[in-house]
Amino acid sequence: MSVEYNKENPMPVPTRYFDYEGYWKGIDENKLTLQKCGDCGAWCHQPQPMCPDCHSIERKWEEVSGKGTVYSWVTYHESQEPSFKAPYSVVLVELEEGMRLISNLVDVKPDEIEIGMKVEVVFDKIMDEITLPKFKKV
Amino acid sequence: MFDQYVARRYRTDLRPDPETYLIKDKTAVVGVGQTEFSKGSGRSTVQLACEAIKAAVTDAGLKMSDIDGLMKYTQDPNDEHTLIDALGIENLNYFGELNHGGGACTPSIMHAAVAVATGVAKYVVCYRSLNQYSDMRYGRRGMAMAAMTKPMSRNGNDGLIAPYGLTSPVSWVAMFARRYMYMYGATREHLGWVSISIRKMAQNNPDAIFYGKPMTMEDYLNIRMIVEPFCLYDCCIDVDGAVAIIVTTAERAKDLKQTPAIILGATQATASDGVMMTSYHRPRIERIPESWYAGEELWRVTGVTPKDIDVCQLYDAFSVLVPAQLEEYGFCGEGEGADFCWEGKRIGIDGELPLNTSGSLLSEAYIHGMNLIVEAVRQIRGTSVNQVKDVELSMSTAGLGVPTGAIIFRR
Ligand SMILES: [Zn+2]
Repeated sequence: MSVEYNKENPMPVPTRYFDYEGYWKGIDENKLTLQKCGDCGAWCHQPQPMCPDCHSIERKWEEVSGKGTVYSWVTYHESQEPSFKAPYSVVLVELEEGMRLISNLVDVKPDEIEIGMKVEVVFDKIMDEITLPKFKKV
Repeated sequence: MFDQYVARRYRTDLRPDPETYLIKDKTAVVGVGQTEFSKGSGRSTVQLACEAIKAAVTDAGLKMSDIDGLMKYTQDPNDEHTLIDALGIENLNYFGELNHGGGACTPSIMHAAVAVATGVAKYVVCYRSLNQYSDMRYGRRGMAMAAMTKPMSRNGNDGLIAPYGLTSPVSWVAMFARRYMYMYGATREHLGWVSISIRKMAQNNPDAIFYGKPMTMEDYLNIRMIVEPFCLYDCCIDVDGAVAIIVTTAERAKDLKQTPAIILGATQATASDGVMMTSYHRPRIERIPESWYAGEELWRVTGVTPKDIDVCQLYDAFSVLVPAQLEEYGFCGEGEGADFCWEGKRIGIDGELPLNTSGSLLSEAYIHGMNLIVEAVRQIRGTSVNQVKDVELSMSTAGLGVPTGAIIFRR
């Protein structure tokens, strides 16, 4: 099971806020790219305007493996946004590189989800103008 | 320990110095007031605020014209002009506001204490007024989509979370709760005992929304799930109502009507890698580093220890936050909080640490934590409906998943 939408309701258009632009540009090309410091090389997620470690403003976006494990998850039994059909689950995935992403699983029922489950990124074009990185069971 | 909690180091060089910590023993809560708590007040939040503040002024034995300071929540819809005109106050010498929802409750008292201890103001009123049930419910349908259409309104992190349907406070904390339960073997029954124990307290409190509605484990386990692992009874109750609290110096308090609740200490805390209620990038998300910091500083500036606390009101917007705070504030060890609450004996009225004695946010009302502070004050005055014997030290904490704080009152 995947998240199903009621597309006649307002859909979640991700805002391309300044510091997050590189992330969404990567998604446009079906790549999961996260922020890395151009000077000290530290990963930084969520994205920041300046490297919190060395205070450099040289930022780059680097593709990650897209492989990870489920770190935590929840299941909505009542939908709070009309565009989402309940029940649906939201997962927190920990990538191999250590960063974590909120996402949905594709083709996994809520009662099959376990902490530690191995997953891999897929790109779900939910509407013409919206593609979201989601995860499938490996 | 804290290096496992957060990415960056605990700055020991920036900690407040107990020798020059001016609010200790010098400031006090002298008046408290509240409206009824209801599902539908039928009046404006300005009116609710006026009623609560008037009740607090009367309780203290003051006149409205004595009030010269005002602390408000950033989330409160009414500004200072509106409020002082409604109250008939000519001029304020001090006013300020604090962000972060329930994270503002005990910190408001701290800010008021700083103002009166330094002589900037004489009598500061702190308040929270909300029509949370009838007007502005969190997690209300459409809230996240509305936020996302205003790209500059918060931060880009919304765009990494809301598109997946993680759109409400209950889901944000449920993500934390799942991890807490996994790490420490806490079960739904463990969380149930928290809610049941607190519900029991509300059975003696006629002001509580759940007064006259006791709860069994069967009730708890059978009620509908909201966002798993949370069922309805893991969540606080949205209500309409207002609470006001007046702070002045301990010296002035001597001439007033009530037994003062002397402030022994109050602290505020933040922690790195914090995102509003979704700090999922920290090394360990099952911990609450802000509370740990707030506690460390509180014990240090006051010179007392968790063992000295006679009664405590822990901010309980969601059940799991009670065991988590028991651990962070040092009332028990890591991972022991859930067992501490089992069957409710240790946290009951005759237990080693009576908790949330009014029914708190889960069973009395969700007034963003201000009602917890009023109950902490009642325990010092000896007027609680669940009065703990011989209370010397009474503690209360602020909202979680955001910058937070805590306060200790003494007799
Ligand atoms: Zn760097």
